[in-house]
Amino acid sequence: MSDKSVLTGTWFMNGDHACCEGALAAGCRFFAGYPITPATEVAERMSRRLPELGGIYIQMEDELASMAAILGASWGGVKAMTSTSGPGFSLMMENIGLGICTETPCVVCNVQRAGPSTGLPTLVAQGDMMQARWGSHGHYEIIALSPSSPQEMFDFTIRAFNLSEQYRLPVIILADEVVGHMNERVVIPPAGEIEVVKRRKPTAPPGEYRPYQPDADGVAPMAGCGEGYRIHVTGLTHDERGYPGMNAATQEQMMERLIRKIRANRDSIIRTENVFLDDAEVVVVAYGISARSARHAVQEARAKGIRAGLIKLETVWPFPEELIRSVASRVRALVMPEINAGQMVLEMERCAGGACPVRMVAHHGGALIPPAKVLDAVRKALKGRP
Amino acid sequence: MTASPERQVFITGFGGQGIVMAGDILGKAATLYDRRHATMMQTYGPEARGGSCSSQVIISDREILFPCIGEPEVLICMSQEGYTKYVKTLRRRGTLIWDTDLVKSRKSAAGLTTFNIPATRFAEELGSTMMANIVMLGFLAAVQNVVSAGALRDAVADSVPPATKENNIRAFDRGREYGEAILKGRAKQGLAGESA
Repeated sequence: MSDKSVLTGTWFMNGDHACCEGALAAGCRFFAGYPITPATEVAERMSRRLPELGGIYIQMEDELASMAAILGASWGGVKAMTSTSGPGFSLMMENIGLGICTETPCVVCNVQRAGPSTGLPTLVAQGDMMQARWGSHGHYEIIALSPSSPQEMFDFTIRAFNLSEQYRLPVIILADEVVGHMNERVVIPPAGEIEVVKRRKPTAPPGEYRPYQPDADGVAPMAGCGEGYRIHVTGLTHDERGYPGMNAATQEQMMERLIRKIRANRDSIIRTENVFLDDAEVVVVAYGISARSARHAVQEARAKGIRAGLIKLETVWPFPEELIRSVASRVRALVMPEINAGQMVLEMERCAGGACPVRMVAHHGGALIPPAKVLDAVRKALKGRP
Repeated sequence: MTASPERQVFITGFGGQGIVMAGDILGKAATLYDRRHATMMQTYGPEARGGSCSSQVIISDREILFPCIGEPEVLICMSQEGYTKYVKTLRRRGTLIWDTDLVKSRKSAAGLTTFNIPATRFAEELGSTMMANIVMLGFLAAVQNVVSAGALRDAVADSVPPATKENNIRAFDRGREYGEAILKGRAKQGLAGESA
């Protein structure tokens, strides 16, 4: 890797730029996108940086084409990504499904702003959490990560690429306007210290290779175009050879593979940061920018002698069901702040299953949730007040 | 003036003045040169130029969790609109700084320490109004020690296009000298700050 691809050092950098640098450090060499506030700075930096590294930047006509282009680039053998925000994310949905069906590694960074529709282009929200999970048609499993700082934009983008290569699917980064536009210290390590997962290539000879036949980990090695292997890439239901099979048996075989490769590996995909859980009576569960308000509130609660704990979700999809279920069974209440009117809190309620009350701190977007509101919810949860 | 654990600076003006860049340089000075913690958030409307715009910088010795400023401790106004909108958010005994030529109509607020500098005019005299933000940073370095003046000067040099570096350093020094002269004048009169 050339020296310029990893900007080793300490920077005061915004999250969008850190996302770009994380992608380049992970080996991304293709970006197709359409500018949109507050994700434009990712594309802008990519347009300068990629040509320096022999990579390709294309500004596409829209987000449908952007998503299609990165799938094509990935089959061409390069690591590829796009970035967008709410309206563009909606347009990408169909082709995200194509990426899942064709098991195409790539990364989509959604710097969330307040919606619906054009909404508040320059202001924060966390309203696309469920869209990231279920926005494309059909049933599928997805991986999504939620950074809460520019440093995590760098780190999680690298991880997003690694997960996408390892499990062969589009991985979503669910950032938000504040994380994207905020400047903070970002430490970029030397290239040799950055773990980069390389695409697993087939070892079988061309005549025997089946593009969708999984290895023991449930994931099939991937041959790119022009590498001597016969490949067929289609959004139709297909068998292990990649050929369409218009029947329930082929659908079942394909769906089982798409679902199992994520569910069976959830322990290595899901990451959370758990703080003060041992003796906590109330646990705040938070992700992205709201995890900073949550941490602030939990620290303040502890200073006042309130036994509060924090679970920071680094991976939001798949959801850490087992952890939430086990914590719910031993605390008095769970609290979740999120900048929407109730999305991930539905998962919390499902996993708590009535074992303890789940209290949400909702916000319709345009501003961050003040830590005092989270602390207030913690206090009320302890007193059992509505 | 002694450094408090957390300093909060709110800079407001309109798009194109380098309001966000000023916040970026301030945060960079704190983070990379003074080796402290800093966050810089920007706020702007849908329009790129001419619309109101602001940046908010928090500087601390500890990790900063919540990056928004509720009641700024230092408010720098480079537009009338910014002044009118944000002056009421300034905390008691806060410091108010404005560009003399850009903020004409001021409501008096008791208990504030106030300063003003014709930053845009000085920048124009030095060759470009685009350096008004840098003049203002030099002025800030003189009248408030949110970051060390040397760190801020280095961060300016590190942030501007290389061809404009000398000019920008002159702009920074101009603002700083003007600020130091004002402080000297006030010290002579035994005044800590002027009342607005």
